[in-house]
Amino acid sequence: MRGAGAPHPRTSEPENPVLVVGDLVVEHRNRSTGEVFRAVDHVSLSIAPGASVAVVGESGSGKTTLAMAATGLGARGTGDIRLLGHSLSTIGRRELRRLRPEVQVVFQDPHGSLDPRQSVRSGLRELRALQPRRTSWIEDAELLGRVRLAPEILDRYPHQLSGGQAQRVCIARALLMRPRLIVADEPTSGLDVSVQADVLALLQEIRASTGAALLMISHDLAVVRSLCAEVHVMYRGQVVEAGPCEQVFVAPVHEYTRELLAAMPGARWRSRR
Amino acid sequence: MRAVSHLQLDPVSVRRASRRPRTSVFWLSLPLAVTVGLVFLLPLTGLLPDAGQNLDATRQPPGFLDGGAWAHPLGTDKLGQDVLTQFVSAGRLTIVIGLVGALVAIVPGTLLGVLAGYFRGWVDRVISVLINAQLALPFILVALAIIANRGSSLPVLFLVLALTGWAVCARVTRSATLAVRERQFVFGLRAAGASETRIVLRHILPNLAGTIVALGTLQVGTAILVESALSFLGLGVVPPRASWGSMLASGQDELSQAWWIAFFPGLAITLLVLLVNLLGDALLTHHDPRKRRR
Repeated sequence: MRGAGAPHPRTSEPENPVLVVGDLVVEHRNRSTGEVFRAVDHVSLSIAPGASVAVVGESGSGKTTLAMAATGLGARGTGDIRLLGHSLSTIGRRELRRLRPEVQVVFQDPHGSLDPRQSVRSGLRELRALQPRRTSWIEDAELLGRVRLAPEILDRYPHQLSGGQAQRVCIARALLMRPRLIVADEPTSGLDVSVQADVLALLQEIRASTGAALLMISHDLAVVRSLCAEVHVMYRGQVVEAGPCEQVFVAPVHEYTRELLAAMPGARWRSRR
Repeated sequence: MRAVSHLQLDPVSVRRASRRPRTSVFWLSLPLAVTVGLVFLLPLTGLLPDAGQNLDATRQPPGFLDGGAWAHPLGTDKLGQDVLTQFVSAGRLTIVIGLVGALVAIVPGTLLGVLAGYFRGWVDRVISVLINAQLALPFILVALAIIANRGSSLPVLFLVLALTGWAVCARVTRSATLAVRERQFVFGLRAAGASETRIVLRHILPNLAGTIVALGTLQVGTAILVESALSFLGLGVVPPRASWGSMLASGQDELSQAWWIAFFPGLAITLLVLLVNLLGDALLTHHDPRKRRR
């Protein structure tokens, strides 16, 4: 393993991909029937530093399973996953824990992503205690300012936050870790339409200002097009089409991609091209 | 085992009950607090009649009945001992047994349940087999086996209570843990580099607090019932100590001549367990995640 022994992940060459997924297969076994369901079927992708990559597909197409397996947070599959040059299959537990803050995930349900028993302030305090060196670069109030939240929010509990506010807190928590890769798993699906655009703009801005790469999981093609340069279309666990956004959306090759584009409510933008 | 049926709340009853949790928690705690207060404070006031035997005044009826005297408000037993004085000191022991008995079941039960629910895999399989094995054994058989072997004493009683209670607690906390561990904030904490120990202790357990408190309350009721049943069979609290269960047992021979010896402890057990179980139900509803969601 070339990069597996590198002691400091942060010193890896800037042009090395942040995340490489090679031939990943993730299977779920139904415990009672013993049936095997292949959620992710031979998927490969690579994310360069600062890149913005999207995975699109309908519900149940394996997008989230792919993201969780790729970040080492969910079910491990077979295949080679390299996070900042470290192979997840050979990495030790302690080293994995040191590597984890480099990848932060923003989930679909903002309220579910915050411990209901913790105020925003004590949640941030815990993150700081977990990663003291990594998180010392910014004060709480300033951090919240970066996601356009007032400092009063600090003393609130998750149930006292609106969906948009909670999602901003989640983004702030991710930002605090100064990650190399932000995985956004349907970050706007649980939000009001009026708030969705703000949250997307925020993600885009953070990507631009911190140089973190973005892996966007979505079923919303308009969102993907506004935010990402590269797209992978997933269907039944397989990547059926991949390439730069413009190319895939303007000249889709695979039948499923065409269907997906045709099914978009905002199909207007295609005619503008 | 009775507690299980309490905890399988169907959605309809949860919704109906959730409209009145706070007030009902208060109104159910109040009589319990008063009972505990009386049982522990009355002996200190010196108002209670003397506890000694008086063979000149055996089987005296309570003060409010014909032939009774207010010197013995709840009457006397066959040795002329005051029933009220016995009742209060037996109540003290009953409540202590209820609380300690719940604790010795809740602590190992919660621990094993959380371990099984959080770590899954072989840990879960081993613990689940133990839970099922324990629940399959009739408690009276377990109790008889232990007491026949070890004799009856308070530590043995607590051992029996722990053995008969932990499995229900473990099963409930296991399923509650299964739900919490899949919440997204757990993944978020893992991504921040939090250790599994930290996640369990600082995040899973606090989120189970409501369930554990409610379970504990229900377990107090179960412990009191188990203790009363054992004492009634002569396997629990033995003289010179007395609990409400043992008073009930010693009063049963006298039922035709002096019903008050067994009546008051019996009534007290029924009301106490009823209140404690209602309180447990109310607490469980109060902490129901479906209610807390918004």
